[in-house]
Amino acid sequence: MKEELIISGRMNPYVDPTLNIWHWQIPLYLFLGGLAAGILVFAALSYIRGREEAHPWAVKKVPFLAPVLLVAGLACLFFDLNHKLFFWRLYTTVKLQSPMSWGAWVLLVVTPLSIVWSALHIREFFPNWDWKYTWLKEAEKFANKYKLALAWVMLIYSVILGVYTGILFSAFNARPLWNTSILGPLFLASGLSAGAAAIVMFTRSKEERAYFARVDLIIIGIELFLITHMFMGFMASTQVQIEAANLFLGGPYTAPFWIFVVFLGLVVPAILDVLELFDYHVPAIVPSLLVLAGSLMLRFLISFAGQESRYLY
Amino acid sequence: MRYAMAIDTKKCVGCSDCVVACQTENNVPIGYCRDWIVEETNGTYPQLELELRSERCNHCANAPCVRCCPTGASHIVDGGIVLVTHNDCIGCGACIASCPYDARYPHPDGYVDKCTFCFHRVQKGQKPACVEVCPTKCLYFGDLDDANSEVSVILKKRKFKTLIPEAGTDPQLYFLI
Ligand code: SF4
Ligand code: SF4
Repeated sequence: MKEELIISGRMNPYVDPTLNIWHWQIPLYLFLGGLAAGILVFAALSYIRGREEAHPWAVKKVPFLAPVLLVAGLACLFFDLNHKLFFWRLYTTVKLQSPMSWGAWVLLVVTPLSIVWSALHIREFFPNWDWKYTWLKEAEKFANKYKLALAWVMLIYSVILGVYTGILFSAFNARPLWNTSILGPLFLASGLSAGAAAIVMFTRSKEERAYFARVDLIIIGIELFLITHMFMGFMASTQVQIEAANLFLGGPYTAPFWIFVVFLGLVVPAILDVLELFDYHVPAIVPSLLVLAGSLMLRFLISFAGQESRYLY
Repeated sequence: MRYAMAIDTKKCVGCSDCVVACQTENNVPIGYCRDWIVEETNGTYPQLELELRSERCNHCANAPCVRCCPTGASHIVDGGIVLVTHNDCIGCGACIASCPYDARYPHPDGYVDKCTFCFHRVQKGQKPACVEVCPTKCLYFGDLDDANSEVSVILKKRKFKTLIPEAGTDPQLYFLI
Protein backbone atom coordinates (compact mmCIF):
# COMPACT_ATOMS: atom_id res chain seq x y z
CA MET A 1 0.00 0.00 0.00
CA LYS A 2 1.20 3.47 -0.80
CA GLU A 3 -0.01 6.67 0.77
CA GLU A 4 1.06 10.22 0.02
CA LEU A 5 0.49 13.26 2.14
CA ILE A 6 1.57 16.83 1.67
CA ILE A 7 2.65 17.38 5.25
CA SER A 8 3.69 21.00 4.87
CA GLY A 9 0.02 21.61 4.16
CA ARG A 10 0.09 22.89 0.59
CA MET A 11 -3.43 24.22 -0.01
CA ASN A 12 -2.95 26.64 -2.87
CA PRO A 13 -6.38 28.00 -3.79
CA TYR A 14 -7.66 26.72 -7.17
CA VAL A 15 -4.92 24.09 -7.30
CA ASP A 16 -5.48 21.92 -4.20
CA PRO A 17 -6.90 19.45 -3.39
CA THR A 18 -7.73 19.04 -7.09
CA LEU A 19 -7.17 21.52 -9.86
CA ASN A 20 -10.05 23.96 -10.16
CA ILE A 21 -8.64 26.79 -12.23
CA TRP A 22 -11.28 26.88 -14.95
CA HIS A 23 -14.89 27.37 -13.98
CA TRP A 24 -17.90 28.05 -16.22
CA GLN A 25 -16.17 30.54 -18.51
CA ILE A 26 -13.88 28.24 -20.48
CA PRO A 27 -16.43 25.48 -21.23
CA LEU A 28 -19.05 28.08 -22.16
CA TYR A 29 -16.53 29.82 -24.39
CA LEU A 30 -15.74 26.53 -26.09
CA PHE A 31 -19.43 25.78 -26.58
CA LEU A 32 -20.18 29.19 -28.09
CA GLY A 33 -17.12 28.94 -30.33
CA GLY A 34 -18.06 25.43 -31.43
CA LEU A 35 -21.66 26.39 -32.15
CA ALA A 36 -20.59 29.45 -34.14
CA ALA A 37 -18.10 27.30 -36.03
CA GLY A 38 -20.86 24.81 -36.88
CA ILE A 39 -23.20 27.53 -38.14
CA LEU A 40 -20.49 29.13 -40.28
CA VAL A 41 -19.33 25.82 -41.73
CA PHE A 42 -22.84 25.05 -42.99
CA ALA A 43 -23.36 28.58 -44.29
CA ALA A 44 -20.11 28.39 -46.25
CA LEU A 45 -20.63 24.81 -47.42
CA SER A 46 -24.17 25.37 -48.66
CA TYR A 47 -23.07 28.52 -50.45
CA ILE A 48 -20.06 26.86 -52.06
CA ARG A 49 -22.24 24.00 -53.25
CA GLY A 50 -24.67 26.51 -54.79
CA ARG A 51 -27.48 25.61 -52.43
CA GLU A 52 -28.25 29.18 -51.44
CA GLU A 53 -31.86 28.93 -52.58
CA ALA A 54 -32.42 25.45 -51.17
CA HIS A 55 -30.94 26.35 -47.76
CA PRO A 56 -31.85 30.01 -47.32
CA TRP A 57 -31.73 29.94 -43.53
CA ALA A 58 -28.42 28.15 -43.31
CA VAL A 59 -26.74 30.52 -45.76
CA LYS A 60 -28.41 33.84 -45.12
CA LYS A 61 -30.17 34.05 -41.79
CA VAL A 62 -28.83 31.76 -39.10
CA PRO A 63 -25.25 33.08 -39.59
CA PHE A 64 -26.44 36.30 -37.97
CA LEU A 65 -26.11 34.41 -34.70
CA ALA A 66 -22.41 33.72 -35.26
CA PRO A 67 -20.95 37.15 -34.50
CA VAL A 68 -23.12 37.40 -31.39
CA LEU A 69 -21.98 33.98 -30.19
CA LEU A 70 -18.34 34.72 -30.95
CA VAL A 71 -18.35 38.05 -29.14
CA ALA A 72 -20.08 36.42 -26.17
CA GLY A 73 -17.42 33.69 -26.28
CA LEU A 74 -14.61 36.22 -26.28
CA ALA A 75 -16.29 37.94 -23.33
CA CYS A 76 -16.27 34.60 -21.48
CA LEU A 77 -12.58 34.16 -22.24
CA PHE A 78 -11.99 37.64 -20.91
CA PHE A 79 -13.90 36.90 -17.71
CA ASP A 80 -11.75 33.85 -17.18
CA LEU A 81 -8.53 35.87 -17.10
CA ASN A 82 -7.18 36.78 -13.70
CA HIS A 83 -4.90 39.51 -14.97
CA LYS A 84 -7.44 41.22 -17.20
CA LEU A 85 -5.61 44.48 -17.80
CA PHE A 86 -2.96 42.58 -19.70
CA PHE A 87 -5.47 40.97 -22.07
CA TRP A 88 -3.86 42.66 -25.06
CA ARG A 89 -0.73 40.58 -24.48
CA LEU A 90 -2.56 37.75 -26.25
CA TYR A 91 -2.29 39.78 -29.40
CA THR A 92 1.32 40.84 -29.26
CA THR A 93 2.75 37.39 -29.97
CA VAL A 94 1.90 34.30 -31.94
CA LYS A 95 2.83 31.10 -30.14
CA LEU A 96 2.14 28.21 -32.42
CA GLN A 97 2.67 25.61 -29.71
CA SER A 98 0.04 27.18 -27.50
CA PRO A 99 -3.51 26.37 -28.65
CA MET A 100 -4.79 29.25 -26.56
CA SER A 101 -2.64 31.62 -28.58
CA TRP A 102 -3.55 30.47 -32.07
CA GLY A 103 -7.16 30.01 -31.00
CA ALA A 104 -7.31 33.63 -29.92
CA TRP A 105 -5.88 34.60 -33.31
CA VAL A 106 -8.31 32.39 -35.20
CA LEU A 107 -11.16 34.09 -33.35
CA LEU A 108 -9.76 37.41 -34.42
CA VAL A 109 -10.11 36.28 -38.05
CA VAL A 110 -13.42 34.41 -37.79
CA THR A 111 -15.33 37.10 -35.92
CA PRO A 112 -14.86 39.82 -38.58
CA LEU A 113 -15.51 37.25 -41.32
CA SER A 114 -18.82 36.34 -39.71
CA ILE A 115 -19.71 40.02 -39.42
CA VAL A 116 -18.95 40.59 -43.11
CA TRP A 117 -21.01 37.52 -44.02
CA SER A 118 -23.94 38.79 -41.98
CA ALA A 119 -23.62 42.27 -43.45
CA LEU A 120 -23.87 40.81 -46.95
CA HIS A 121 -27.25 39.35 -46.02
CA ILE A 122 -28.60 42.24 -44.01
CA ARG A 123 -31.41 42.76 -46.53
CA GLU A 124 -32.94 39.45 -45.47
CA PHE A 125 -34.06 41.23 -42.34
CA PHE A 126 -34.14 44.86 -43.49
CA PRO A 127 -35.17 44.81 -47.17
CA ASN A 128 -34.61 48.53 -47.57
CA TRP A 129 -31.24 48.64 -45.94
CA ASP A 130 -28.95 51.32 -47.25
CA TRP A 131 -25.23 51.49 -46.40
CA LYS A 132 -25.37 55.30 -46.67
CA TYR A 133 -21.63 55.87 -47.24
CA THR A 134 -20.16 55.22 -50.64
CA TRP A 135 -17.15 53.39 -49.27
CA LEU A 136 -19.43 50.95 -47.47
CA LYS A 137 -21.35 50.39 -50.68
CA GLU A 138 -18.09 49.85 -52.52
CA ALA A 139 -16.99 47.42 -49.83
CA GLU A 140 -20.24 45.50 -50.18
CA LYS A 141 -19.81 45.31 -53.94
CA PHE A 142 -16.28 44.11 -53.51
CA ALA A 143 -17.25 41.45 -50.95
CA ASN A 144 -20.11 40.27 -53.14
CA LYS A 145 -17.77 39.90 -56.07
CA TYR A 146 -15.43 37.68 -54.08
CA LYS A 147 -18.11 35.97 -52.05
CA LEU A 148 -17.04 32.50 -53.14
CA ALA A 149 -13.48 33.11 -51.95
CA LEU A 150 -14.89 34.55 -48.74
CA ALA A 151 -16.96 31.41 -48.22
CA TRP A 152 -13.88 29.22 -48.67
CA VAL A 153 -11.82 31.21 -46.19
CA MET A 154 -14.71 31.16 -43.75
CA LEU A 155 -15.09 27.41 -44.18
CA ILE A 156 -11.43 26.72 -43.47
CA TYR A 157 -11.22 29.05 -40.51
CA SER A 158 -14.42 27.80 -38.92
CA VAL A 159 -13.24 24.19 -39.19
CA ILE A 160 -10.02 25.25 -37.46
CA LEU A 161 -12.09 27.02 -34.81
CA GLY A 162 -14.20 23.92 -34.27
CA VAL A 163 -11.16 21.67 -33.89
CA TYR A 164 -9.43 24.21 -31.69
CA THR A 165 -12.20 24.01 -29.08
CA GLY A 166 -11.08 20.42 -28.47
CA ILE A 167 -7.33 20.83 -29.03
CA LEU A 168 -7.28 23.47 -26.31
CA PHE A 169 -7.83 20.64 -23.84
CA SER A 170 -5.91 17.87 -25.52
CA ALA A 171 -2.67 19.86 -25.47
CA PHE A 172 -2.42 19.37 -21.70
CA ASN A 173 -0.54 16.17 -21.10
CA ALA A 174 -0.71 16.81 -17.36
CA ARG A 175 -4.45 15.99 -17.36
CA PRO A 176 -4.83 12.48 -18.73
CA LEU A 177 -8.54 12.79 -19.53
CA TRP A 178 -7.85 15.70 -21.86
CA ASN A 179 -4.70 14.26 -23.31
CA THR A 180 -6.34 12.46 -26.22
CA SER A 181 -6.32 13.69 -29.78
CA ILE A 182 -9.91 12.43 -30.19
CA LEU A 183 -11.10 15.58 -28.41
CA GLY A 184 -10.34 17.66 -31.51
CA PRO A 185 -12.65 15.75 -33.89
CA LEU A 186 -15.16 15.07 -31.10
CA PHE A 187 -15.60 18.75 -30.28
CA LEU A 188 -15.67 19.64 -33.96
CA ALA A 189 -18.44 17.09 -34.49
CA SER A 190 -20.28 18.35 -31.45
CA GLY A 191 -20.05 21.94 -32.74
CA LEU A 192 -21.23 20.92 -36.21
CA SER A 193 -24.12 19.01 -34.70
CA ALA A 194 -25.07 22.04 -32.60
CA GLY A 195 -24.87 24.24 -35.72
CA ALA A 196 -27.14 21.89 -37.67
CA ALA A 197 -29.53 21.84 -34.71
CA ALA A 198 -29.66 25.64 -34.68
CA ILE A 199 -30.56 25.65 -38.39
CA VAL A 200 -33.26 23.01 -37.85
CA MET A 201 -34.65 25.09 -35.01
CA PHE A 202 -34.94 28.32 -36.97
CA THR A 203 -35.69 27.35 -40.54
CA ARG A 204 -39.19 27.77 -41.91
CA SER A 205 -38.52 25.59 -44.94
CA LYS A 206 -39.63 22.00 -44.69
CA GLU A 207 -36.99 20.71 -47.10
CA GLU A 208 -34.23 22.57 -45.35
CA ARG A 209 -35.29 21.19 -42.01
CA ALA A 210 -35.40 17.64 -43.35
CA TYR A 211 -31.97 18.05 -44.93
CA PHE A 212 -30.26 19.35 -41.79
CA ALA A 213 -32.03 16.82 -39.59
CA ARG A 214 -30.42 14.13 -41.75
CA VAL A 215 -27.06 15.86 -41.52
CA ASP A 216 -27.43 16.01 -37.75
CA LEU A 217 -28.28 12.34 -37.66
CA ILE A 218 -25.05 11.46 -39.43
CA ILE A 219 -22.97 13.69 -37.18
CA ILE A 220 -24.57 12.20 -34.08
CA GLY A 221 -23.56 8.79 -35.35
CA ILE A 222 -19.99 10.03 -35.75
CA GLU A 223 -20.02 11.49 -32.25
CA LEU A 224 -21.18 8.21 -30.73
CA PHE A 225 -18.41 6.44 -32.62
CA LEU A 226 -15.80 8.94 -31.38
CA ILE A 227 -16.97 8.69 -27.77
CA THR A 228 -16.78 4.89 -27.88
CA HIS A 229 -13.38 5.15 -29.47
CA MET A 230 -12.17 7.57 -26.83
CA PHE A 231 -13.10 5.26 -23.98
CA MET A 232 -11.64 2.25 -25.76
CA GLY A 233 -8.41 4.18 -26.13
CA PHE A 234 -8.36 5.12 -22.47
CA MET A 235 -9.09 1.62 -21.24
CA ALA A 236 -6.28 0.22 -23.35
CA SER A 237 -3.83 2.84 -22.14
CA THR A 238 -1.82 3.48 -18.99
CA GLN A 239 -3.11 3.52 -15.41
CA VAL A 240 -3.49 7.31 -15.36
CA GLN A 241 -5.79 7.18 -18.38
CA ILE A 242 -7.73 4.21 -17.07
CA GLU A 243 -8.41 6.19 -13.92
CA ALA A 244 -9.37 9.22 -15.99
CA ALA A 245 -11.89 7.12 -17.93
CA ASN A 246 -13.21 5.69 -14.68
CA LEU A 247 -14.45 9.17 -13.76
CA PHE A 248 -17.11 8.44 -16.40
CA LEU A 249 -17.35 4.70 -15.92
CA GLY A 250 -18.55 4.40 -12.34
CA GLY A 251 -17.00 7.62 -10.99
CA PRO A 252 -18.75 10.87 -10.07
CA TYR A 253 -19.34 11.94 -13.69
CA THR A 254 -21.00 8.73 -14.80
CA ALA A 255 -24.65 9.74 -14.41
CA PRO A 256 -24.44 13.27 -15.85
CA PHE A 257 -22.36 12.10 -18.79
CA TRP A 258 -24.34 9.08 -19.88
CA ILE A 259 -27.77 10.62 -19.14
CA PHE A 260 -27.35 14.20 -20.34
CA VAL A 261 -24.67 13.96 -22.99
CA VAL A 262 -25.13 10.51 -24.49
CA PHE A 263 -28.78 9.65 -23.89
CA LEU A 264 -30.59 13.02 -23.93
CA GLY A 265 -28.04 14.85 -26.07
CA LEU A 266 -27.36 12.22 -28.72
CA VAL A 267 -29.57 9.14 -28.63
CA VAL A 268 -32.96 10.80 -28.06
CA PRO A 269 -32.50 13.53 -30.71
CA ALA A 270 -31.28 10.83 -33.11
CA ILE A 271 -34.47 8.83 -32.52
CA LEU A 272 -36.58 11.98 -32.97
CA ASP A 273 -34.76 12.77 -36.21
CA VAL A 274 -35.47 9.27 -37.47
CA LEU A 275 -39.15 9.61 -36.54
CA GLU A 276 -39.27 12.86 -38.45
CA LEU A 277 -37.79 11.10 -41.49
CA PHE A 278 -40.71 8.66 -41.33
CA ASP A 279 -43.14 11.57 -41.24
CA TYR A 280 -44.10 11.49 -37.60
CA HIS A 281 -44.29 15.11 -36.70
CA VAL A 282 -41.92 16.23 -33.94
CA PRO A 283 -41.66 19.95 -33.10
CA ALA A 284 -38.23 21.01 -34.39
CA ILE A 285 -37.36 22.74 -31.18
CA VAL A 286 -37.27 19.51 -29.14
CA PRO A 287 -34.41 17.63 -30.81
CA SER A 288 -32.58 20.92 -31.44
CA LEU A 289 -32.63 22.04 -27.84
CA LEU A 290 -31.58 18.57 -26.71
CA VAL A 291 -28.60 18.60 -29.06
CA LEU A 292 -27.58 22.09 -27.97
CA ALA A 293 -27.88 21.21 -24.28
CA GLY A 294 -25.93 17.99 -24.82
CA SER A 295 -23.17 19.84 -26.61
CA LEU A 296 -22.93 22.40 -23.80
CA MET A 297 -22.94 19.66 -21.19
CA LEU A 298 -20.17 17.76 -22.99
CA ARG A 299 -17.88 20.78 -22.69
CA PHE A 300 -18.68 21.34 -19.05
CA LEU A 301 -18.16 17.73 -18.04
CA ILE A 302 -14.93 17.27 -19.99
CA SER A 303 -13.62 20.53 -18.58
CA PHE A 304 -14.44 19.71 -14.96
CA ALA A 305 -13.57 16.01 -15.05
CA GLY A 306 -10.33 16.75 -16.87
CA GLN A 307 -9.19 19.00 -14.05
CA GLU A 308 -9.81 16.18 -11.62
CA SER A 309 -7.78 13.68 -13.62
CA ARG A 310 -4.07 13.73 -12.91
CA TYR A 311 -0.79 11.92 -12.86
CA LEU A 312 -0.27 9.67 -9.90
CA TYR A 313 3.00 9.96 -8.11
CA MET B 1 24.67 26.02 -18.06
CA ARG B 2 21.96 23.85 -16.55
CA TYR B 3 20.79 24.64 -13.03
CA ALA B 4 19.36 21.73 -11.09
CA MET B 5 18.62 20.70 -7.56
CA ALA B 6 19.26 17.44 -5.74
CA ILE B 7 17.16 16.56 -2.71
CA ASP B 8 18.35 13.95 -0.28
CA THR B 9 15.25 12.03 0.79
CA LYS B 10 17.35 10.10 3.32
CA LYS B 11 18.42 13.24 5.17
CA CYS B 12 15.20 15.26 4.98
CA VAL B 13 13.23 15.23 8.22
CA GLY B 14 10.20 17.10 6.87
CA CYS B 15 10.66 20.15 9.11
CA SER B 16 9.24 22.53 6.44
CA ASP B 17 11.96 25.13 7.02
CA CYS B 18 12.44 25.35 3.26
CA VAL B 19 8.76 26.19 2.85
CA VAL B 20 8.86 29.00 5.39
CA ALA B 21 12.17 30.35 4.08
CA CYS B 22 10.71 30.55 0.58
CA GLN B 23 7.55 32.25 1.74
CA THR B 24 9.61 34.88 3.57
CA GLU B 25 12.24 35.38 0.90
CA ASN B 26 9.76 35.66 -1.95
CA ASN B 27 6.87 37.40 -0.26
CA VAL B 28 4.55 34.52 -1.01
CA PRO B 29 0.99 35.53 -0.07
CA ILE B 30 -0.42 33.94 3.07
CA GLY B 31 -2.10 30.63 2.40
CA TYR B 32 0.06 29.90 -0.67
CA CYS B 33 3.38 28.17 -1.15
CA ARG B 34 5.95 27.62 -3.86
CA ASP B 35 7.51 24.57 -2.26
CA TRP B 36 6.06 21.85 -0.08
CA ILE B 37 6.90 18.56 1.62
CA VAL B 38 5.47 15.23 0.59
CA GLU B 39 5.48 12.26 2.94
CA GLU B 40 5.19 8.98 1.12
CA THR B 41 4.49 5.86 3.13
CA ASN B 42 4.84 2.45 1.55
CA GLY B 43 3.77 -0.90 2.93
CA THR B 44 1.44 -2.00 5.73
CA TYR B 45 2.08 -1.66 9.44
CA PRO B 46 4.50 -2.63 10.93
CA GLN B 47 6.46 -3.02 7.68
CA LEU B 48 6.50 0.65 6.72
CA GLU B 49 8.88 2.61 4.61
CA LEU B 50 8.87 6.37 4.66
CA GLU B 51 10.16 8.86 2.11
CA LEU B 52 10.22 12.60 2.64
CA ARG B 53 10.54 14.91 -0.33
CA SER B 54 10.90 18.66 -0.46
CA GLU B 55 9.18 19.48 -3.78
CA ARG B 56 8.87 22.57 -5.95
CA CYS B 57 8.81 23.46 -9.65
CA ASN B 58 11.02 20.99 -11.52
CA HIS B 59 12.31 23.62 -13.94
CA CYS B 60 11.60 21.09 -16.64
CA ALA B 61 13.87 21.05 -19.66
CA ASN B 62 10.82 20.23 -21.79
CA ALA B 63 8.39 22.47 -19.96
CA PRO B 64 4.72 22.11 -20.92
CA CYS B 65 3.89 25.30 -19.01
CA VAL B 66 6.14 27.29 -21.34
CA ARG B 67 4.68 25.57 -24.39
CA CYS B 68 1.09 26.27 -23.40
CA CYS B 69 1.56 29.90 -22.45
CA PRO B 70 -0.17 32.05 -25.10
CA THR B 71 1.75 35.23 -24.35
CA GLY B 72 5.29 34.09 -23.72
CA ALA B 73 5.05 35.22 -20.08
CA SER B 74 6.27 31.78 -19.04
CA HIS B 75 9.74 31.44 -20.43
CA ILE B 76 13.08 29.79 -19.87
CA VAL B 77 16.12 31.89 -19.03
CA ASP B 78 19.81 31.08 -19.18
CA GLY B 79 20.59 28.11 -17.03
CA GLY B 80 17.21 26.53 -17.73
CA ILE B 81 15.28 28.33 -15.00
CA VAL B 82 11.57 28.64 -15.83
CA LEU B 83 10.20 32.08 -14.97
CA VAL B 84 6.96 34.05 -15.35
CA THR B 85 7.08 37.71 -16.34
CA HIS B 86 4.22 39.11 -14.30
CA ASN B 87 3.34 41.92 -16.64
CA ASP B 88 3.14 39.64 -19.66
CA CYS B 89 0.87 37.18 -17.90
CA ILE B 90 -2.85 37.44 -18.57
CA GLY B 91 -3.78 34.93 -15.88
CA CYS B 92 -5.42 32.49 -18.28
CA GLY B 93 -4.39 29.50 -16.19
CA ALA B 94 -3.18 27.41 -19.13
CA CYS B 95 0.20 26.88 -17.51
CA ILE B 96 -1.39 25.83 -14.23
CA ALA B 97 -3.43 23.19 -16.03
CA SER B 98 -0.37 22.03 -17.96
CA CYS B 99 1.92 21.35 -15.01
CA PRO B 100 1.76 17.68 -13.98
CA TYR B 101 3.30 18.58 -10.60
CA ASP B 102 0.79 21.32 -9.77
CA ALA B 103 3.75 23.54 -9.01
CA ARG B 104 2.07 26.80 -10.00
CA TYR B 105 -0.63 28.87 -8.38
CA PRO B 106 -2.68 31.93 -9.31
CA HIS B 107 -1.32 34.84 -7.29
CA PRO B 108 -4.09 36.95 -5.71
CA ASP B 109 -2.79 39.90 -7.77
CA GLY B 110 -3.84 38.11 -10.94
CA TYR B 111 -0.67 36.73 -12.46
CA VAL B 112 0.65 33.20 -12.05
CA ASP B 113 3.49 32.52 -9.67
CA LYS B 114 5.81 29.66 -8.78
CA CYS B 115 9.33 28.73 -7.66
CA THR B 116 12.05 30.72 -9.43
CA PHE B 117 15.01 28.80 -7.99
CA CYS B 118 15.46 32.20 -6.30
CA PHE B 119 16.74 33.61 -9.58
CA HIS B 120 17.39 36.98 -7.90
CA ARG B 121 19.80 35.31 -5.46
CA VAL B 122 21.36 32.92 -7.98
CA GLN B 123 22.24 35.87 -10.22
CA LYS B 124 24.30 37.24 -7.35
CA GLY B 125 26.05 33.93 -6.83
CA GLN B 126 23.99 32.98 -3.79
CA LYS B 127 22.02 29.81 -3.26
CA PRO B 128 18.22 29.60 -3.25
CA ALA B 129 16.70 30.46 0.15
CA CYS B 130 15.46 26.91 0.78
CA VAL B 131 18.92 25.45 0.17
CA GLU B 132 20.50 28.02 2.43
CA VAL B 133 18.30 27.36 5.45
CA CYS B 134 17.87 23.58 5.38
CA PRO B 135 19.04 22.44 8.84
CA THR B 136 19.96 18.94 7.63
CA LYS B 137 21.70 20.27 4.50
CA CYS B 138 19.67 17.90 2.37
CA LEU B 139 19.26 20.29 -0.59
CA TYR B 140 21.99 20.72 -3.20
CA PHE B 141 21.89 23.36 -5.91
CA GLY B 142 24.17 24.11 -8.82
CA ASP B 143 25.13 23.80 -12.46
CA LEU B 144 24.94 20.31 -13.96
CA ASP B 145 27.29 21.33 -16.77
CA ASP B 146 29.98 22.04 -14.20
CA ALA B 147 31.39 18.67 -13.10
CA ASN B 148 32.61 20.15 -9.82
CA SER B 149 29.38 21.75 -8.70
CA GLU B 150 27.74 20.47 -5.52
CA VAL B 151 24.87 18.96 -7.42
CA SER B 152 27.02 17.23 -10.06
CA VAL B 153 29.27 15.75 -7.39
CA ILE B 154 26.44 14.33 -5.30
CA LEU B 155 24.63 12.95 -8.36
CA LYS B 156 27.77 11.07 -9.33
CA LYS B 157 27.95 9.44 -5.92
CA ARG B 158 24.31 8.60 -5.20
CA LYS B 159 21.35 6.81 -6.69
CA PHE B 160 18.53 9.16 -7.67
CA LYS B 161 15.13 9.37 -9.30
CA THR B 162 13.03 12.09 -10.87
CA LEU B 163 9.28 12.53 -10.46
CA ILE B 164 6.93 11.19 -13.15
CA PRO B 165 9.50 11.21 -15.95
CA GLU B 166 6.78 9.49 -18.02
CA ALA B 167 5.00 12.85 -18.22
CA GLY B 168 7.74 13.76 -20.67
CA THR B 169 8.78 17.00 -19.01
CA ASP B 170 12.44 16.16 -18.38
CA PRO B 171 12.31 17.41 -14.76
CA GLN B 172 15.43 18.87 -13.16
CA LEU B 173 14.86 18.03 -9.50
CA TYR B 174 16.83 14.92 -8.59
CA PHE B 175 15.71 12.98 -5.56
CA LEU B 176 18.49 11.00 -3.90
CA ILE B 177 17.25 7.63 -2.75
S1 SF4 C 1 7.36 21.70 -12.77
FE1 SF4 C 1 5.52 22.51 -13.71
S2 SF4 C 1 5.78 24.73 -13.57
FE2 SF4 C 1 7.78 23.84 -13.25
S3 SF4 C 1 8.74 23.82 -15.29
FE3 SF4 C 1 7.79 21.80 -14.96
S4 SF4 C 1 5.76 22.01 -15.87
FE4 SF4 C 1 6.53 24.08 -15.59
S1 SF4 D 1 -1.48 32.27 -16.79
FE1 SF4 D 1 0.13 33.67 -17.48
S2 SF4 D 1 2.04 32.50 -17.48
FE2 SF4 D 1 0.32 31.06 -17.36
S3 SF4 D 1 -0.11 30.46 -19.47
FE3 SF4 D 1 -1.48 32.18 -19.02
S4 SF4 D 1 -0.32 33.98 -19.65
FE4 SF4 D 1 1.17 32.32 -19.53
